[in-house]
Amino acid sequence: MKKLSYNLAIADGMREEMKRDETVIQIGLDLASYGDSQGQTIGLGDEFGPKRVMDFPISETSYTGIGIAAAAAGLRPLVCIQFCDWMTLASDQLVNQGAVMRYMYGGQYKFPVVIRGNCGGYISAAAQHSKMLEAWFAHIPGLKVVLPSTPWDAKGLIKAAIRDDNPVLFFEHKALMPDRGEVSEDPDYVIPLGKADIKRKGSDVTIVCYSYVVKLALEAAEILAKEGIDVEVVDLRTVKPLDTECILESVKKTGRALCLQETWLTCSIMSEVSALISEQAFEYLNTPVVRMGQLDVPYPFSPPLEKHVLPSTEKIVDAVRKMMSE
Amino acid sequence: MEKSLKIKMFTDMVRIRCFEDKVNELDRRGELPGFVHLYWGEEASGVGICSALNTDDYITSTHRGHGHMIAKGAVMTKMWAELFGKEAGYNKGKGGSMHIADSEIGFLGANGIVGAGLPLATGAALSAQYLDNGKVSVCMFGDGASLEATFYESMNIAAVFNLPVIFVCENNKYAEYSRTFPKLSSTEHVIDRARPFGFPCVQVDGTDVEAVRAAALEAVERARTGGGPTFIETLCYRWAPHCQGNRDDYRPEEEKAYEREHRDPIKLYTAKLLEAGVLNQEDIDRIWAAAIQEVEEAVQFAYDAPYPPLSSALEDVFA
Repeated sequence: MKKLSYNLAIADGMREEMKRDETVIQIGLDLASYGDSQGQTIGLGDEFGPKRVMDFPISETSYTGIGIAAAAAGLRPLVCIQFCDWMTLASDQLVNQGAVMRYMYGGQYKFPVVIRGNCGGYISAAAQHSKMLEAWFAHIPGLKVVLPSTPWDAKGLIKAAIRDDNPVLFFEHKALMPDRGEVSEDPDYVIPLGKADIKRKGSDVTIVCYSYVVKLALEAAEILAKEGIDVEVVDLRTVKPLDTECILESVKKTGRALCLQETWLTCSIMSEVSALISEQAFEYLNTPVVRMGQLDVPYPFSPPLEKHVLPSTEKIVDAVRKMMSE
Repeated sequence: MEKSLKIKMFTDMVRIRCFEDKVNELDRRGELPGFVHLYWGEEASGVGICSALNTDDYITSTHRGHGHMIAKGAVMTKMWAELFGKEAGYNKGKGGSMHIADSEIGFLGANGIVGAGLPLATGAALSAQYLDNGKVSVCMFGDGASLEATFYESMNIAAVFNLPVIFVCENNKYAEYSRTFPKLSSTEHVIDRARPFGFPCVQVDGTDVEAVRAAALEAVERARTGGGPTFIETLCYRWAPHCQGNRDDYRPEEEKAYEREHRDPIKLYTAKLLEAGVLNQEDIDRIWAAAIQEVEEAVQFAYDAPYPPLSSALEDVFA
């Protein structure tokens, strides 16, 4: 076991997979010359050279398509869209090409490609460098969508994503980058995609969440514990495919669900989760399902405004208290 | 050029023409599901390019892809089955005309998104370069795709990394309902927007199959030996509407008649081969008859083939 920050845990996972399989290559902006936007590829350029860590021109749609086709033609590319907001530029290649080509071509090709991007707010990056776009892509059959919340998960999941034979979108939260934690040193340790993780066991209320807000949910759980409220925190880790079994099992046990995410609630992951709970665990609920996410506005720049529109530990604590008092 | 190769190219052009004649006939009778786009009149372009390729070289195609696919070596039975949405089709009936693909011959798919093939062909070229497997990659696209951002992005990337890719723009002069130049494009010829990337660019008469082949051979040789990308513009003319069933009143009838009469690539090559004594009229009649029979048999195969089982609708989403 060793301790690494979240960004370096991702680098560590990618390094191990690049050593293990020489068809793993990196495509993106300044991956070698700078180490990606937050150091996720730091050192890889020097270690593996420009043939394997390729600094591309800022041409998101083309280099995403290049990664997708290179995957069909025998490589395992990691494509980095620096800020996930710019995946909109690559959306044709993601949505009309990579996601559908295997199906559309009757299974003739496979597409082992990972599309990485940093995501999320809480750092005053405003409306074009903060978004969480996981729901957009989770909507599309043919894509898998992963959002780790800890260094341990980040390393285990990036390795699984690289080994997967399908297009995987991998979202790395900017506000988690400096967080240090243990990571596995076993080069064969991977975390299967589609498996949630119970980050905290509890009996009174389930908080279903993923990515950065898992951290807020855990902080809230500590505060609530002092009030005698026992919170279970389910970290989805992968939002497509969704670990429905884990969610339902937890909610059936606690009888209460707070569906928490950072981003907008309309047509979101937590819309899906709350529908799932309503359809399949309604009779177990002691209180109605509650959803929490960003207010329905773009990310504001000003720190107090951003704080106002995003979920916070305090808002989570209040929501759980309210559920427990009903 | 070897006589047998000339005959093969001629035969492939005729096979494509007969294939498309039948597509037109069945589409008019309402027997084909979905959209179909005919390659009529552009046969020399695809055949000339593909004659310079190996079976395992990569190629990406467009919505107008039947000709490219036949030229690259696809079998008609599986193509027709796909056009009918049958299980025996190349894509098990999940793609249809606009998305037909064949991994056995490096055919990375027809594509319904204009301009999407440029990154895909470039990516296949990146893989070939990385794996050093000697393959080259060809991107077939049209004048419309040359107006998409991917044209500029992918050509720049191909130049920067010296990739073994050949960009083939079949400039058939018309967008869906408009003449491309000067209404939609700032240049009449796409080559004028390709030259700044710095790799060799060439323009050829897209009705002259031997001229197209000569350009392709040079480009393929360059790509295979590490010389990087090439841009080829084949000047073509689309005989049919953009899509079968579309309005086609935005261009003069005389222009269409002139193209069919004087710039039919098959008529032109027939005359050339007759004059050179490569084929006589009897040979030519036999080639047409064989192509018609091949199409008829393939269509019959597709008619008789079963639709896919409904359970297959849920298969092949993920590997």
